[in-house]
Amino acid sequence: MTIKGKAYIAGIFEHPTRKADDKSLAQLHAEAAAGALGDAGLTRADVDGYFCAGDAPGLGGLSMADYMGLKVRHIDTTESGGSSYVIHVAHAAEAIVTGKCNVALITLAGRPRAEGMATGTAPRSYGPAAPDVAFEFPFGPTVVNQYAMAAMRHMHQYGTTSAQLAWIKVAASQHAQHNPHALLREVVTVEEVVSSPIIADPLHRLDCCVITDGGGAIVVTKPEVAKSLKRPLVRVLGAGEAVKHQMGGKVDLTYTGAVWSGPAAFAEAGVTPSDVKYVSIYDSFTITVLITLEDLGFCPKGQGGKLVADGNLISGVGRLPFNTDGGGLCNNHPGNRGGLTKVVEAVRQLRGEAHPKVQVRNCDVALAHGTGGSLATRHGSATLIMGRE
Amino acid sequence: MAGSARTIPPPPVNPETKPFWDAAAQGRLLIKRCTACDEPHWYPRAICPFCGSERTEWMEASGHGTIYSYSVFRRAPIPYAIAYVTLAEGPTMMTNIVDCDLDAIRIGQAVRVAFKPTDGGPPVPMFAPA
Repeated sequence: MTIKGKAYIAGIFEHPTRKADDKSLAQLHAEAAAGALGDAGLTRADVDGYFCAGDAPGLGGLSMADYMGLKVRHIDTTESGGSSYVIHVAHAAEAIVTGKCNVALITLAGRPRAEGMATGTAPRSYGPAAPDVAFEFPFGPTVVNQYAMAAMRHMHQYGTTSAQLAWIKVAASQHAQHNPHALLREVVTVEEVVSSPIIADPLHRLDCCVITDGGGAIVVTKPEVAKSLKRPLVRVLGAGEAVKHQMGGKVDLTYTGAVWSGPAAFAEAGVTPSDVKYVSIYDSFTITVLITLEDLGFCPKGQGGKLVADGNLISGVGRLPFNTDGGGLCNNHPGNRGGLTKVVEAVRQLRGEAHPKVQVRNCDVALAHGTGGSLATRHGSATLIMGRE
Repeated sequence: MAGSARTIPPPPVNPETKPFWDAAAQGRLLIKRCTACDEPHWYPRAICPFCGSERTEWMEASGHGTIYSYSVFRRAPIPYAIAYVTLAEGPTMMTNIVDCDLDAIRIGQAVRVAFKPTDGGPPVPMFAPA
């Protein structure tokens, strides 16, 4: 059984706020839901499947279904950090294929800025019962210094440079200048990235994504529903998900779970990397993009530095336009979870609704990839391939 | 010395890992090895992550290893080096590199275990240049 062509992304919404002092977390979820349903031309009453992850308050899906007044016959609260929402699209498609729901709603929201959270720079513990905590937390693992260890090893093993990583931020900034909602709209240069302060060797401040409040939502429907609406048709073509961890101590920081989720998604979609016109790649840090592109097969392993350099990721300039909304590096990383906005911008590209300055011509196949958790310890990888009909 | 002045949070101890922390209090680094598949693993578990056997046993590691990767966290109030060290016995573990010039740390460098006190808990295994 396959999900190829059997589910459509009918509605998308990215909350315009970047700092939500005046809104509650549940309210942000509900506003995002209303936005995506409105985009699709559907209402809350049409929703019969609901998907959310660890950012949802209270008892997650139960609390949010209660708050929003949803009556659902399918619920899925798969939690894999920032990659959750890419997985949710695939799971929604699976639920649609098997008849468990017709209209699936996925929501994300967060307010780390309003709450003053030290997102990347304070060690984060998932509680004393986490089996790994005693063997990691005392050593001060933060989001930044963990991804930095992956970058350090990649540089050591493959000769990747800070200037090559900087090109990823440069490309994101070139795109963000056209996005009125982007947190950072200023175009930056390679020189400015590599001369910004080091946070954790070898990652500079401008190698790191933004911290924003906000959220977003996606509506996935069965084909008959999508075709009854007035929006451009975007089909799910294939998906893959994977979990990578420390493998019992056989640690290898040079690759991600995308080495498994990518081939699975390409095989199901029946396309290859050369067919993909646009990519949304999770960009918690510049290194996340570089390693992921290698693992998805856009270049040989170790050659990511050359792939991303010299403007190759800039729409209208390079071969592989990426994150044309400005991505997490410049635009938005709502609730420290960037997977949902990756899908949203890919759908905009497939619809032809990206900003005209960054719209990819003849964008018929797009890929969105999420990475949740930490490259250095354990993370979820999710690849989604979509096509314009 | 740089890297050892910050307060280290105590590791939560549970029944599965208590022998490790009892040994740590004596300055001994234990790892778990599976007697069914003969693989040592990290972090220590009752059930082997490679073959699923419950026949795991504690063994004392030499305390020698090499740095697989590291990062000096410059942004911290007191900068410190997080690292992965590959033990002579095979497994790679998260740790800190201490008692050294943080700017002189290199991948591939030989290091040796140095237990450091925590804030109210057992000491934890950090590493210093060998």
